[in-house]
Amino acid sequence: MKVDLSKYEFTGHASEKVDDLTRLDKGEKESMKMAGFDASEKNRSASFVQIDHNHAFCKSYDPGVEILPLGLALKIHEGWGDLKWKLLKPEKDEFTRLAADSTHGGYVIRVKKGAKLTAPIQSCLMMHTNKVGQNVHNIILVEEGAEAHILSGCTTTLADQTAAHIGISEFYVEKNASLTFTMIHNWGENVEVRPRSAGQVETGGIFLSNYVSLKPVKNLQMYPAITLKGAGSIARFNSVIVSTENTFMDVGNRVILDAADTRTEIISHAIASGGHIIARGHIQANCSPAKGHLECQGLLLNNGIIQAIPELDGRMEGVELSHEAAVGKIAKEELEYLMIRGMDEEEASSAIVRGFLNIDIMGLPPELKTEIDKAITESEKSMF
Amino acid sequence: MLTIENLYVSINGTPLLEGINLSIGDGETVILFGPNGSGKTTLLYTIMGIGGYEVTEGRILFNDEDITHIPAYERSRKGIGMSMQRPPSIHGLKTRGLVEMCAGKRTVDVEALAKKVNLESFLDRDINLGFSGGEIKRSEILQLMAQRPKLLLFDEPESGVDVENMALVGNMARELLEGPSEPDAQHTLHDLMHERKTSGLIITHTGHILDYITADRGHVLYSGHLCCADNPKRILDHLKKYGYKECIRCLS
Repeated sequence: MKVDLSKYEFTGHASEKVDDLTRLDKGEKESMKMAGFDASEKNRSASFVQIDHNHAFCKSYDPGVEILPLGLALKIHEGWGDLKWKLLKPEKDEFTRLAADSTHGGYVIRVKKGAKLTAPIQSCLMMHTNKVGQNVHNIILVEEGAEAHILSGCTTTLADQTAAHIGISEFYVEKNASLTFTMIHNWGENVEVRPRSAGQVETGGIFLSNYVSLKPVKNLQMYPAITLKGAGSIARFNSVIVSTENTFMDVGNRVILDAADTRTEIISHAIASGGHIIARGHIQANCSPAKGHLECQGLLLNNGIIQAIPELDGRMEGVELSHEAAVGKIAKEELEYLMIRGMDEEEASSAIVRGFLNIDIMGLPPELKTEIDKAITESEKSMF
Repeated sequence: MLTIENLYVSINGTPLLEGINLSIGDGETVILFGPNGSGKTTLLYTIMGIGGYEVTEGRILFNDEDITHIPAYERSRKGIGMSMQRPPSIHGLKTRGLVEMCAGKRTVDVEALAKKVNLESFLDRDINLGFSGGEIKRSEILQLMAQRPKLLLFDEPESGVDVENMALVGNMARELLEGPSEPDAQHTLHDLMHERKTSGLIITHTGHILDYITADRGHVLYSGHLCCADNPKRILDHLKKYGYKECIRCLS
């Protein structure tokens, strides 16, 4: 789907710095909260906020985390320039080219060698002005043996806001390091979104990705690719997406198993409730032994469309790749099972949808889980 | 409690049950025998109101009320409960949540109930996902304990259950039908026996359940027809000895 980038303003929306997040206005705080960002910063290792064209807040509370706006990070750390546009190339498409030509910042997060963070790092990329176009470039570096959970929320603040978001992210998970990256999208029905992400995981490293998008979005296309470069490294993806009327989402994950004993699992639960979802997945195995499993569960409601396009690409004898996809309406057997326990059709459907969108496996902080449960309840209103 | 009158049931135009007449009184437990494919599960599903079966003739009365065409959840709310033989698993729906939903508006001590059927460690698992045969039965019983039906439909309590679990399943099925069996300070044995109001309709192939519950009557369902009405243990003895071939003679 084509995006007319000329409609958006990619210059002139510098935002002011915010010293105290609790002073943000209520609407902003609410939409941040829905995107997983807690303005009170309770139990957070670090926080980063970008509003429109520059960063508004950036602070670390843990000596194990260095967090900087992109421009400053590249000034302070000479070597970090090499991490920019290393895994992705500016010439990839018109969005990467635009982001390369006019970057509005973004964050660099470095989790220091051996640091095991107990509290998550949070970031929020917010678009506040109507018609704004936002390009950010994020770099995440988790050094050897370090462990971190990053909550990365993206949101618009106005109802009916027209906006475009281009987000470049490059992930580096070093030897025996572990990164959980939870991305929550909280867009609106006039927002066009093109994230471009790539990552590499070294020996013994673990990359866990969670993706949640329950709100409408005009159109969103992304296909992040992770390369498991080091032996024994693991990547796991869990996505929960809902596409309501007039929402088009072309989403998927690509994993390249490029070393022995690597493993990946890509699982998505998608509900098209009047919207259109293309659920992609691609596992390429170049080394053996290596294991990959791709799973797409799709529920169709209110004339929604789901196209599941799984791709398994084994290039070495001894790899084990599998996929499983099911797209359809709510199973009659499941409905009847709940109805014989006294639930009417709507209550039963709701219980099944809630289970389908269950996010327990993601290991999110409780307050965020509550927020997501609220969003699920909200999105259910348009389903039944 | 339950009266079935001249019931004809078919699916996609194929007749499955033909002219069933069956009556189960308050507190009465009836056993249903029959070979595979004879229509036993169809009968239970039709009473419960699931499975897409079409009633072409006759009616089902529950406490004198015609329930032939009301939805399953209304039958459930009126007091009909069913243990399914192969219930589906539901992603993300925890056993605990389902047991709570089974209780409807009442609050139940889920932990205490789960303890009775050794399922405490299953409460936070997705319902039926990866459950063994015995675990499925115990989970069905757990849900029914929360639901407290007045009429219990039990589709093969023995299937997939090992010897050790059979005693647990059998005893819990009895408790569902008869309530707690041990007299205590508030309840004499006499009271307990007279309080018994739950009726049962139980499908069995092996008859093992009869070691645990007291059944009042047995029937054989053969090729969509209900035949025989006798002491269930006697029917079982005959079936063991002669199989179902005598039913053919009976029906012809």
